[in-house]
Amino acid sequence: MKLSFRIALRFLFSSKGQTLLILLGIAIGISVQIFIGSLIQGLQSSLLDATIGSSPHITIKAVEKNEPLNHPETIINTVKKDEQLVALSSSITTGAFLRVDDRTEQILVRGFNYSDANKIYKFNDKLIEGQLPLQENDIIIGKALAESFKLKIGDEVDIQSVNGHIIKGNITGLFDLKVAAINESWVLSSIDFSRQISDYSADQISEIEMQVIEPFDADLIAIELSKLINQNEISTVDWKTENQQLLSGLNGQSTSSLMIQVFVVISVVLAIASVLAISVMQKSRQLGILKAMGINDTMASYIFLSQGFILGVIGAILGILFGLGLLYSFTTFALNPDGTPVVPILINPGFILLSGVIAMSASTLASLIPALKSKKLSPMEVIKNG
Amino acid sequence: MANLIELNKVSKIYGTQVQTKVLHEIDLEIEEGSFNGIIGASGSGKSTLLNIIGTLDQPTSGIIKINNIETHLMRNKALAKLRNETIGFVFQFHYLLPEFTALENVLMPYYIKGKKIDKHMNERAQELLELVGLTKVMNNLAGNMSGGQQQRTAIARALINNPKLILADEPTGNLDSETTEQVYELLREIHRDYKTTFVIITHDRRIAEKTDRIIEIKDGRIFSDFSKI
Ligand SMILES: Nc1ncnc2c1ncn2[C@@H]1O[C@H](COP(=O)(O)OP(=O)(O)OP(=O)(O)O)[C@@H](O)[C@H]1O
Ligand SMILES: [Mg+2]
Repeated sequence: MKLSFRIALRFLFSSKGQTLLILLGIAIGISVQIFIGSLIQGLQSSLLDATIGSSPHITIKAVEKNEPLNHPETIINTVKKDEQLVALSSSITTGAFLRVDDRTEQILVRGFNYSDANKIYKFNDKLIEGQLPLQENDIIIGKALAESFKLKIGDEVDIQSVNGHIIKGNITGLFDLKVAAINESWVLSSIDFSRQISDYSADQISEIEMQVIEPFDADLIAIELSKLINQNEISTVDWKTENQQLLSGLNGQSTSSLMIQVFVVISVVLAIASVLAISVMQKSRQLGILKAMGINDTMASYIFLSQGFILGVIGAILGILFGLGLLYSFTTFALNPDGTPVVPILINPGFILLSGVIAMSASTLASLIPALKSKKLSPMEVIKNG
Repeated sequence: MANLIELNKVSKIYGTQVQTKVLHEIDLEIEEGSFNGIIGASGSGKSTLLNIIGTLDQPTSGIIKINNIETHLMRNKALAKLRNETIGFVFQFHYLLPEFTALENVLMPYYIKGKKIDKHMNERAQELLELVGLTKVMNNLAGNMSGGQQQRTAIARALINNPKLILADEPTGNLDSETTEQVYELLREIHRDYKTTFVIITHDRRIAEKTDRIIEIKDGRIFSDFSKI
């Protein structure tokens, strides 16, 4: 076994050009595999983060559109028992109009308790200027809305409810939630402010929003919660049901990324197998001599298995280094104007390690065929040929 | 003395469509500790016979016994062990491993035996190389050595495991007459000291004269068999 390994090393070393070429082949294959895998994983996780990182996973509201949830306390108490819950926020959301001079625009007033809501929406981070509403009449508005009305912090504006009564709001901050429709239409206030506009009573709210530990179980948790709450007039909505297209897109992406990775690995295996098969022919003379000197078939096949293993280990290490190099240069040189990488790449050590292990076992596996072939070679084939 | 090798009606036929019978029902016994020469014209079947004795090749029919064991009954692994520990080969075309140095080539049968190389073994290999006059080039790659040097390395390699039997096919084919003389002296010395059995093919009659028994092969048959002792 040890001798086979030594002979394998010597064989590899004696044909340096060929060895380097095959190492390069494995390394490039594995680095591409690592690069693609990390890229897709990064894309997916940033896409998911954008979708569900700072938005509710499950929303409880009335079945009837624009109707309030009555007695939310009992519902909240029931929901809070769920171990999956990480954040919960109740809010009053109502349509209204923003009036500045003679101009009127339809808006959505959303009233929150910010210490709760921040856990979901991270409004703190989304604020580009000013501060969150503190007083009852404080409001913050989206940057697009501010631009179109030429509003700034400190301005006082009229908010008109659908019933026609007007409440004055003080602009204390501007936010950017990265969605144009929201930036143009959302006006965020305290929950009392939106209660006044909506005409809800003290024990009525619009919805309860939640985040859970496992976002991908949101649909199941939502079903479970409806059962627990057990009221006909409420409904639960989860992000997965509302984002079917996104989810199937992500699935498709994962599958095609996996396919690419599998084919890259297959081509690496084929390359190793063919080079080692040639090497059996090249070294058949040496094998014949070794067999004449009494090396047994098992030892002979170990020579080729060792070659595959050595190539696999070095190739995997090189491949990982190349792959990390690719990822590094990609995140360093392909940048957005603001300096963040174009594609956020996820470096997952487990995945990279797995790629290395796959390269190693694949190349050892690839050397199985030449190893078996070497078993059949008889010393006479060499000796008679001189 | 007991027989180390016994051949019983050994025949060899090459080819399937056009069949050439190279060896014809050969009966041959080689005594343990004897020093034998095989002579014969080119193409008479000497190498074929030697390869069959050395278990590298199989006869078409007939039985070979080494140490009283019929070799065709042995499994591959046992044959490999027999070749490694009992037989030392010197081939007509020397056959070294070009990727290894002369010293490593000499030690190779010992490595194959699965033994660790200690200082003593290393010294023994160097001694053998000195005997064949290769001390200066022992760390050269075998692939870079001259034909004669390779042949001498092959002789040293055949001796390293102290085999019971040495089969040599024209071991001095590439050497000048002086070196040839020295190599034969060396083989005789080993024969004397270790009682090693030798079967040596040569077409050099002068060399054959120095063996204890001359077996002449003609057209695949034993033409004459002459013992001096
Ligand atoms: N693999 C083979 N297939 C067909 N014929 C073969 C094969 N090997 C040897 N022969 C033939 O068998 C005969 C004996 O060959 P062998 O090598 O034993 O001769 P030799 O006595 O060793 O000759 P030399 O002195 O030239 O080495 C020759 O006619 C040769 O052509
Ligand atoms: Mg011959």
